[in-house]
Amino acid sequence: MTGARALLGRELRLAIRSGGGAGLGLAFFLILVLLVPFGVGPSGTVLSAIAPGMLWIGALLACLLSLDRLFQADFEDGTLDILMMSRLPLEALVAIKAIAHWLTTGLPLLIAAPVLGATLHLPDAAQPWLVASLALGTPALSFIGAMGAALTLGIRRGGLLLSLLVLPLYVPTLIFGAATVSAAATGGDPLAALTFLTAITLASIAILPFAAAATLRLQLS
Amino acid sequence: MSIWELANPRRFMALSGRILPGLSWAAGLSIGIALVWGFFFTPDDYQQGSTVKILFIHVPTAFIAINAWLMMLVASLIWLIRRHHVSALAARAAAPVGAVMTVAALMTGAIWGQPMWGTWWEWDPRLTSFLILFIFYLGYIALWQAVEDPDKAADLTSVLCLVGSVFALLSRYAVLFWNQGLHQGASLSIKQEDNVADVFFYPLVLSITGFVLLFVALVLLRTRTEIRLRRVRALMLREAR
Amino acid sequence: MLPELGKYAATVLSAYGVTLALVLGLVAASIIRARAAQRALDKLEAPRTDV
Repeated sequence: MTGARALLGRELRLAIRSGGGAGLGLAFFLILVLLVPFGVGPSGTVLSAIAPGMLWIGALLACLLSLDRLFQADFEDGTLDILMMSRLPLEALVAIKAIAHWLTTGLPLLIAAPVLGATLHLPDAAQPWLVASLALGTPALSFIGAMGAALTLGIRRGGLLLSLLVLPLYVPTLIFGAATVSAAATGGDPLAALTFLTAITLASIAILPFAAAATLRLQLS
Repeated sequence: MSIWELANPRRFMALSGRILPGLSWAAGLSIGIALVWGFFFTPDDYQQGSTVKILFIHVPTAFIAINAWLMMLVASLIWLIRRHHVSALAARAAAPVGAVMTVAALMTGAIWGQPMWGTWWEWDPRLTSFLILFIFYLGYIALWQAVEDPDKAADLTSVLCLVGSVFALLSRYAVLFWNQGLHQGASLSIKQEDNVADVFFYPLVLSITGFVLLFVALVLLRTRTEIRLRRVRALMLREAR
Repeated sequence: MLPELGKYAATVLSAYGVTLALVLGLVAASIIRARAAQRALDKLEAPRTDV
């Protein structure tokens, strides 16, 4: 357990200190949402109609941004080999890395999203559901992303390939996440979509660390 | 003969070389007969007019598009569990065939949809699922090409195929939640009364048979190519040493 | 020669044309690749004459 806590601390410190890129995802999210009105025009009705989808797509892309470094840096300098020799199971290592990724990219988005939602004229009634859907949905993005990062480890210019592999896997999460918010915005029942979203997140957390750890073993064998 | 004997590349090459010519002829003939039959000798549908003829190419290509992925899934599992190289190479060989069939199904669907639904593209669950399937094929092919070590490439693509299958299925149902569709129900099903009328049914079944034979022939041919290329690689590595 | 396709002639013909082009392209590409692989292998497996 102490090993797990130490690893989590290391991951967070690495992300927060210079060059770690923890704030980059958030900045990217801000810019993306700023660009939307330039693209579709300043009309409030149009913006509020596309706000749920844009905010969720923004979260998706911001999450993708720092994924290719998830295992790559540790793989290149040999840290990953040492971590694999430790008593910590590889599955736990993957889970901790994914949690650290979520804490540094998903969590900041959650805090910024209501403000950006307001700028996109998202109805007030939908705001709590936006935060709830991001809180329950973005962990799945980090865990699915860890799987993709494990698959593309060691590939030269793997970042682009990573997007091609991971973005299709994000489809169900995006559908249920955006559906939650737009149901709330249009006076529908957001709970059904939110339930499915939570189910995907829980299943991803439960299963994908094993798949990603198996992939890492194949990669380093 | 047990199917596992085919895991030996030499046996696979011998057997596939023997059956490939006959298989190709059978595929070409049945597709040719089915399409001529469907194109020239079937009546127009009372609702769809002559566009019903697109059925004979749309349904078989869609059928192969899905089942090629299933075949890749089985082949990937065999590779992961029993480590037979031919199996991994067969999965690799099937992916481009499946991708092309997906494109064919999407394009014939779009061309048919233009006069019928009044639009080239409708974000209908089935169409959307096929588009997602196509992207899965692209990712799978790209991963094969990106990894240099052949065994590692086989491992990683197999894992991707497994994980991708789960998510493709999940997307299929998520997409249903997201939008109810315009697409008609299945053209073929076990329940006889749901099927298309008999005049269309027989040429359709022949056409599907032909496309299945074509798929098998293409996968055999492409697997033979992959085995040969693997051997070329091995010989060149030996010479370089 | 052609059956009466009515107002949907362009639709039906283009659908058949696209599919045939795609399938024939795939078959041609597969055969070309197969021949290239065969040639490369034959060259490597041929008895060496330069030594």
